[in-house]
Amino acid sequence: MIDLDDTDRALLHALQGDATLTAAELGRRAGVSQSVAWRRVKRLTEAGAIRGRRLDLDKEALGFGVTVFLGVKLAAKGRASLEDFERAVTAIPEVQTVQHVLGRYDYRLRVVARDLSDFERVLRRRIMTLPGAGEVEANVVLSEERRPGPLG
Amino acid sequence: MLDDTDRRLLRHLQADPGQSVADLARTSGVAASRAYKRLERLQAMGVLKGQRAVIDWRALGYAVEVSLRVSLDKTEPRAFDEFIAVSREVPEVSEIQTFLGRVDVRLTVLARDMRHYQEIYRRRILTLPHIVDVEALMHVTTIKDVETLPL
Repeated sequence: MIDLDDTDRALLHALQGDATLTAAELGRRAGVSQSVAWRRVKRLTEAGAIRGRRLDLDKEALGFGVTVFLGVKLAAKGRASLEDFERAVTAIPEVQTVQHVLGRYDYRLRVVARDLSDFERVLRRRIMTLPGAGEVEANVVLSEERRPGPLG
Repeated sequence: MLDDTDRRLLRHLQADPGQSVADLARTSGVAASRAYKRLERLQAMGVLKGQRAVIDWRALGYAVEVSLRVSLDKTEPRAFDEFIAVSREVPEVSEIQTFLGRVDVRLTVLARDMRHYQEIYRRRILTLPHIVDVEALMHVTTIKDVETLPL
């Protein structure tokens, strides 16, 4: 585990908003010099605090108007079927996120689709036919907000 | 408005957002100068809004992640707005989504350990306004997390 000070937190917070910021700009925002900012970001990256970068795209403009969160319960439990399910679900391009969870469902999926009828196609042809898939609950995303999280 | 070249550039860029435009142009089979112009245009159009760093919360000591599925009191017209406004003040809340479906709102809550989670849950979550029901899904492992679009 990495211990963070206020400078680290300020740098991570700035990079969460814009990963392309230069060391000079990062330094200005965190109130440190360019070289200190550069060294700190290098240390944070090497320590694994930053997992990578993600593009912020206008999904609607690219034709993906619908995001759905699915809760999936497996019908027949067993080690082999968990692995089969995971391998098959990961291969579906419309499935962005797969999390194994404990609770009412076994898996939590994030799925993108062009529209609701495209989503229905993905659900019927790809998700419902997954090995071991049982009960499925779908919730269509109306709004989404990413927060900085506990960096304060 | 967007053609195959735009989609090809974005497809390759989302697979590796940190790469240089020269590398991106090469893998996409587009001249570098054309790739620059296209990316500039996509930014100007607001299609490519930027790049965000993804934080590894586990590496920062946040071992617990919980997905809280909340039902709100729909007889209260301001339920959504007020619930979301107070949720924003909880630093451990990293995502807020609203839905059409059985669940009204979902929160991602990060905590250092179960004791810390319980403290957040009791003091900051259960005190949020207009909650009718809360259901928790405890995150075990992430199998896939790409958030790329199938362009």
